[in-house]
Amino acid sequence: MMAHLLLRHRDIPDIGKLDVYRKNGGFEAFKKAVTQMKPQEVIEVVKASGLRGRGGAGFPTGVKWSFVPNNIWPHYVVANADESEPGTFKDREIMESNPFQFLEGVAIAAYAVGANAAYIYLRGEFWPVAAHLDEKIAEMEKAALLGDKLFGTDYSLRIYTHLGAGAYICGEETALLESIEGKRGQPRIRPPFPAVYGLYGKPTVVNNVETLTNVPLIVEKGADWYKSLGTADSAGVKIFSLSGHVKKPGNYELPFGTTFRQLIYEYGGGVLDDRPVKAIMAAGASSAVIVADDKALDTPMDYASVKALGADLGSASVIVINDSVSMDWVINKTIHFFKHESCGKCTPCRDGTYWMLHLIERIERGEEVEANTQLLHTVAKQMQNKCLCPLGEFSTMAVTTAIERFPQDFRG
Amino acid sequence: MTKTVTLTIDDQQVTVPEGTLIVNAAKMVGIDIPVFCYHPKMEPVGMCRQCLVEVGRPAIDRATGQPVLEDGKPKIQFGPKLETACTTPVSEGMVVLTHSEKARAAQKEILEFLLTSHPLDCPVCDKGGECPLQNLTLAYGPAESRFLYSEKHHAEKHVPLGDKIWLDRERCIQCGRCIRFQEIIAGDPVLSFYQRGRDTDIITHSDPPFDSIFSGNTTDICPVGALTTADFRFGARPWEMKAAASICSLCPVGCNLTFNTRREAKAGGKVVIKRAMPRQNEQVNEIWICDRGRFNWHYVEDPSRLTHPLVKKDGKLEKASWSAAIEAAGNQVKGNQVLVVASGRLSNEDLFNLKQLADGLGGEALLYDSLPGGELTTRYGVSAGTNLGDLGAGSAILVAAADLYHEAPIWYLRVKAAAERGANLVIVNPEATRLDKYAKKLVRCGKDEAAAKVRELAAELTAAENLVVFFGRTADRNLAEDCAALLQGREGRANNGLIGVWPRANDQGAWELGYKPVDPSTGSGQALAQAVKGKVVYLAAADPAGDDPQLAEALKGAKAVIVQELFPTKTASLADVVFPAQAFTERDGSYTSGERRVQRFYPATPPLGESRADFAIAAAVAAAAGLEVEGRSALLVMDKLAAAVPAFVGISYRKLAEVTEQWPIVGRGDLYYGGTTYENRQGLGVQLNVSTFKRSNVVRGRAL
Ligand SMILES: Cc1cc2nc3c(=O)[nH]c(=O)nc-3n(C[C@H](O)[C@H](O)[C@H](O)COP(=O)(O)O)c2cc1C
Ligand code: SF4
Ligand code: SF4
Ligand code: SF4
Ligand code: FES
Repeated sequence: MMAHLLLRHRDIPDIGKLDVYRKNGGFEAFKKAVTQMKPQEVIEVVKASGLRGRGGAGFPTGVKWSFVPNNIWPHYVVANADESEPGTFKDREIMESNPFQFLEGVAIAAYAVGANAAYIYLRGEFWPVAAHLDEKIAEMEKAALLGDKLFGTDYSLRIYTHLGAGAYICGEETALLESIEGKRGQPRIRPPFPAVYGLYGKPTVVNNVETLTNVPLIVEKGADWYKSLGTADSAGVKIFSLSGHVKKPGNYELPFGTTFRQLIYEYGGGVLDDRPVKAIMAAGASSAVIVADDKALDTPMDYASVKALGADLGSASVIVINDSVSMDWVINKTIHFFKHESCGKCTPCRDGTYWMLHLIERIERGEEVEANTQLLHTVAKQMQNKCLCPLGEFSTMAVTTAIERFPQDFRG
Repeated sequence: MTKTVTLTIDDQQVTVPEGTLIVNAAKMVGIDIPVFCYHPKMEPVGMCRQCLVEVGRPAIDRATGQPVLEDGKPKIQFGPKLETACTTPVSEGMVVLTHSEKARAAQKEILEFLLTSHPLDCPVCDKGGECPLQNLTLAYGPAESRFLYSEKHHAEKHVPLGDKIWLDRERCIQCGRCIRFQEIIAGDPVLSFYQRGRDTDIITHSDPPFDSIFSGNTTDICPVGALTTADFRFGARPWEMKAAASICSLCPVGCNLTFNTRREAKAGGKVVIKRAMPRQNEQVNEIWICDRGRFNWHYVEDPSRLTHPLVKKDGKLEKASWSAAIEAAGNQVKGNQVLVVASGRLSNEDLFNLKQLADGLGGEALLYDSLPGGELTTRYGVSAGTNLGDLGAGSAILVAAADLYHEAPIWYLRVKAAAERGANLVIVNPEATRLDKYAKKLVRCGKDEAAAKVRELAAELTAAENLVVFFGRTADRNLAEDCAALLQGREGRANNGLIGVWPRANDQGAWELGYKPVDPSTGSGQALAQAVKGKVVYLAAADPAGDDPQLAEALKGAKAVIVQELFPTKTASLADVVFPAQAFTERDGSYTSGERRVQRFYPATPPLGESRADFAIAAAVAAAAGLEVEGRSALLVMDKLAAAVPAFVGISYRKLAEVTEQWPIVGRGDLYYGGTTYENRQGLGVQLNVSTFKRSNVVRGRAL
């Protein structure tokens, strides 16, 4: 197995110490960027690497950075460490155990887009992680890796952590920005996108923790090297958060293109109780449910291939469901989650999740199961394409696909 | 010139300014797109999703950058998703389908979602009959519910948000209009959302709760019956009420109102006023009014109102017939110099006739309870074409010795908006005011220093292209003159001039008609006490005896006292003759606002008892004294007034009743869009030109 690129602490246990990180090449990429590269060159390298956002949408990172206009100032970088998708637990491991690589990624991103301040937005429950990062940031300041006139240039940068108050929606980038501004965590209408109108109305790049943790390697080793990993569609490595009915749940850093079967059986040690896999949710609670037939199991995990299965890879939080579970139970869980997390700003999500909740509860109570299942499906469909932010759509994904793909689980 | 964009909405070609939102472009050509959260006076938020429409744009060939043609016409590409018409600006060649099958389906589906959590208690809801949710449901909604009634969201139904506004949490559709109005337009951000998802609620977090003088407006723009006023709730159904156009009588802003009335069993079958609503006048109050205007009209129905004339007999006031009372008053004034003391509560017509009475008998007409420097506004006041809504970057506004928020609330609102558009707002005031946070410069100083401070600011203020100066309550003569001096050379120029923040709605009218000041509060009470000695004093809508015991004493030394009043005041009790006057809600008339806009009001209810209009009373007394004064109707008095007073040249009731198209479009058919504010069909009024009168010595010692 090749050495970890992101979860490097698994190979070098002390990489979370500044001296150890530096001994292993840490902050060389940041120094190189600041002292030898123009911001535009950094953006070009990241663009060429094919790096795509790991927060769920898979948007090309370099392209996003290039949207930042140079006639509106100041610029900001925000690291999205809200990590709230049920089944996703990769960013936390990075921040806890390999924090400097992430912080270096933040720093390089900031330099690339001309930001002198960067924020790390963490979900409220991550307060120990925030405290830990604050220590690391202080160490970097002491070591003149943050602050004014970095590496003898005119570039200055400061990084701040910011804790949310415990809302899934605050992982959505515009709700996150509102939250940093001290407002209710509710999404803004897009466009304008944060790259143009972001934090305090200024151009802002929002990237996931894992996305940013890739950046030092790309700057250090080059775009071609990075592209050689993964698939044509999805370059590089990805941390797959594996959970559900597997023997060895956990984070697995693997190249894109690894199949579901490999992940579950080779790395995850197989299915709990050695039962057959029934379904896979590849993007946490927001997933369309994949019927785990052979074709699906042999599908390489990259954005395009998973899409072809009628699902999304999202943040690659792979939840494995064996045949002991009925899908109505699964969507009962997801609906409860989304009903609880709907921010209430827009009608279809606020009222739709509430309605779906009542319908699934009726189904669970065995009341007119078929009619109510059908109505539930209609209501979910009715929500689609109308919501203000993707959360509302997310809330319907498992519902519609479970009903369509596992009809036998919805019979009275 | 602003750039325009041409697009097609439901087969209609429309050309609108660049940046126009689809929803407004549609409205301009009479196409309705249902909205709840969008309001044309506020930035869009795209929350309710009610306005979903199909939007197509010309396909562009990536290689050439040219539109792709299909059968010689640009090929239109529709996106996979519907778009919210309230957040999407128009673009060239766009094609919008607002009533296609897809759009209609989506609009219906959003309504169905809204109705799942709505109590549908229309039969007992104040909004029923003028409710956007009700109307849009009929027009666009589903015919039946697929949601189980027993699973409806329940919440508190009677929540006092403050002492003026009640909230029904169940009816709220979380559109956020109320919150945004308070935050953005009123500048009193005292409402918020609380909780999230289906539990989202409106709360107030100010102490006292819902602390805003503009709170009533939220009930107009709330698209459901979630917000109602303590004053009106459960008072009447909208369709039972008639509408009468009026003008607020409580401050010099002159907000346009509509009184809703109905015959009421409780009132013995009489027609009574049920509520006051704003009436659109984009140059005066836009579509808003303050809570005083909305709630403080009840004095007109006070049971203590005078209903018949009184004449003093053997030292006691006794009920008399009109003819006897007129005769008695006529005998008193005939052949005497009459001192008229009237207040700015009266209409232009009343003041004009009273002044004629004084002039005709060689007396004098004084304006009671006034500020120093009033006559300066007839020369330096704002004039035709002035609209505070036009002020922005490049303009300067000085507010001296006035607290607009409390004294003339809608001026606060509009000055705040001008400051937000970039006008240079300077405030010189002894105390903090709510307007302060919008000022570019704040000068906190006592009354004695204010004039000097204003002189210091002169260079900065007069550098602006447009300059509007407000002076108010605590101004003294010096300050008034220094404010006027800033406007030298700007006389008659639109969007420039002096505005008095008068205590009464029609003080400006009195100045225009040549009334002289007396003001007990500024020490000239002494002067008034002197002036009444041995005179026949004719008081109208003024109660000096009630305001000041010294004046009560002084009045006893008058030769005779005649009073026209709504109420049995202290002054009335000292009178020889008392005439019962009609309230402004019972008659025709006009006021001149502080912005020198003459505006008509109309009768809303029949007059109380035997009361008569002040102008008619004055005319009748004048006739009894052998003078010829028009008193048959307010309209005819205005004709005389316009012929006699140069500033009013060309003004007639017909002219005052003229309207031009206003934006945004509001009214009964557009409730869902603009709210329950009334459309203006009864007149926008006419702003006076600067009087061509040459008044010498207007400003002491200075060549102005
Ligand atoms: C409801 C919702 C929740 C989200 N939660 C997260 C999250 O917890 N972490 C994250 O990185 N991105 C999350 N996203 C995605 C972000 O909006 C955004 O796309 C991402 O942070 C961009 O970074 P990337 O391009 O590096 O992926 C969420 C999106 C939605 C709609
Ligand atoms: S879709 Fe849901 S989470 Fe997103 S804005 Fe609407 S209510 Fe809020
Ligand atoms: S109270 Fe009325 S205006 Fe306020 S959010 Fe609810 S429905 Fe909208
Ligand atoms: S601002 Fe003045 S005129 Fe307007 S409603 Fe209020 S009190 Fe009446
Ligand atoms: S989203 Fe357009 S009106 Fe509410």
